[in-house]
Amino acid sequence: MTAAAARPALRHRLAERGIDRQLLLLLPAALFVLTLFIYPFLYGLGLSFQPVRGGVLGAYREFFTDAYLRDTIATTLRVSLPAALLNVLASVPIAYRMRGRFRGRRLLTTVLVVPITLGTVLTAQGLLNFLGPTGWFNRTLLSAGLVDAPVRLTNNYWGVFLSLIITGFPFAFLLVLSYLSGIDPSLERAAATLGAGAWQRFRRITLPLLAPGLATTFCLTFVLAFSVFPSAVLVGDPSGTTRVMSIAAYDAAYVRYDYPLAAAVAVLMGLVELLVIAAVLGWRALLYTGSTAGGRG
Amino acid sequence: MRDAFETLRLDGVSRSFGGHEALAGLDLTIKRGEFIALLGPSGCGKSTALNCLAGLLPLTRGSIWKDEARLDVLPPERRGFGMVFQNYALFPHLSVRHNVAFGLQMRRVPRAELRRRVDEALRLVHLEDQAGKLPGRLSGGQQQRVAIARAVVLEPSLVLMDEPLSNLDAKLRLEMRTEIRRLHQSLGLTTVYVTHDQEEALSLADRLVVLRAGRVQQIGTPEQLHTEPANWHVADFMGYRNLLPLRAGPRRGAGIVVELEGRELVGTPVDGPAPGSEVIAGIRPEDLRIGPAGGTGVPAVVEVVEYQGREVAVEALTAGGVSLNLRSADRPAVGDRITVTVDPRRLLVFPAGDPR
Repeated sequence: MTAAAARPALRHRLAERGIDRQLLLLLPAALFVLTLFIYPFLYGLGLSFQPVRGGVLGAYREFFTDAYLRDTIATTLRVSLPAALLNVLASVPIAYRMRGRFRGRRLLTTVLVVPITLGTVLTAQGLLNFLGPTGWFNRTLLSAGLVDAPVRLTNNYWGVFLSLIITGFPFAFLLVLSYLSGIDPSLERAAATLGAGAWQRFRRITLPLLAPGLATTFCLTFVLAFSVFPSAVLVGDPSGTTRVMSIAAYDAAYVRYDYPLAAAVAVLMGLVELLVIAAVLGWRALLYTGSTAGGRG
Repeated sequence: MRDAFETLRLDGVSRSFGGHEALAGLDLTIKRGEFIALLGPSGCGKSTALNCLAGLLPLTRGSIWKDEARLDVLPPERRGFGMVFQNYALFPHLSVRHNVAFGLQMRRVPRAELRRRVDEALRLVHLEDQAGKLPGRLSGGQQQRVAIARAVVLEPSLVLMDEPLSNLDAKLRLEMRTEIRRLHQSLGLTTVYVTHDQEEALSLADRLVVLRAGRVQQIGTPEQLHTEPANWHVADFMGYRNLLPLRAGPRRGAGIVVELEGRELVGTPVDGPAPGSEVIAGIRPEDLRIGPAGGTGVPAVVEVVEYQGREVAVEALTAGGVSLNLRSADRPAVGDRITVTVDPRRLLVFPAGDPR
């Protein structure tokens, strides 16, 4: 017997350490992420500490001393937090009614999800046409005599809010629906035989098992809403009530040509997002996050 | 016991799924304290019947009566039945104690009484030490016991069990079987138990309901089903492993003649097989006897021998190509020539074809 034969094959030695050689196929993807994400991120981070004036922290100092810049944090949170919350909360009852199989489920799901494919600009145009001062909505209200002057629903906070609902809801709905489908339907049946009515079944069984999924869904829709840019410009009030952080960053970079300041705004955007997500995930960690199956079978 | 009944009556209970009749006209009266097993192969409608009883499936025809009160119009949460699910359906986010307490909480039982009853139920299934654990941390047998405790803690007027032992290994299955029968007796429960395992059904139930393709084949005590199956499908299910398609000869006394390999056998006719018609002759392996080659029985050659502890199961092939299953205390060798004799009292002759 040769020495090579006595030694286990490389594949087996790797397997012993829990390494699968096929994992090496991930290497190109990892390189891709490294060059196209991590490098620009680190470059931007470095850039934010090299402002035109004011030392290493100059750009950050400028951001926090200038109220016009500083207030963008509150403005962004004011639009993104309620939008994300509403998206998640509205998804729950709709997805709850739509779990299980019924005739027309596929069609209804498609209708609910189609806005994802529209893109923000098309949504903004639709909003302007429908909800604008001379849009169908206001014309109907005026001709019905319900209002004296058009209700302002575009080019202000509400325009951006509605746009975030239209584009964010399908996303939240799909996630919540898949989380709900993962919950063993026999659990609710068991609760029913134990005397729980529809509300008790939802409140005591489904909701606790769904809550971690809701936290994750909230984080993802929040991130989408937080970096809102096109709708804040198109259906919002980009110099006032909807001057969000991404607009401030755009201004700094392409109006004032102050790249370090723009980089600083971008870094701060990331930080604020991380804080919110950390808070939500911290709450999620307190919940039951194990299996949603009712046992073996 | 909460809202106990004297009789629970199923009156033509039927359920169709898109034109396919999963359960067709089930008539059954359950008396208080009875243990009823619904038995049949998968797809026979037994689980459908159970879900209809529990209120988890609406009926498409028929009605269910609890004494004089109509029950099938009530939602499951207002029927007051306990149910044990095949996959147990334990609430994974609640501890064992809270799983068992759930039903009592829904009924707003006062705290002290709730505590006492949960403790008692856990003691009954020997899970006092596991009360604080989540179900995911328990073994299959323990999960099964939590599911039973959760159903019986409410002292329900009827306990429904949907193949509760099918996910357990063989040894545990036997233990839990005894446990379920013991609980049924000591708590004075009324139980409807769904299974596809005839041995389980025979050993547990006071009465069995054999279903096939949504229709009742026979209702009776274990002894009745075991010795007097109503048709060859029930016989097949009750362990008559030898079902021989033969042609009937004339009646002889109370019996009927069938011919196997040129030898006349007299069997007991069931469900009036006509002389000269196609019949199926059924006999259990243990009612066939092995004789030496050249004996008076049907000659055959041993094909397969399976060791089964006290005795061996033998499969033998006759000269005419009929395969016979039998049992033997001695162990014949494969290829041995034997003769097989039939106990005529134990040979049942059914009309061939589908009953009803």
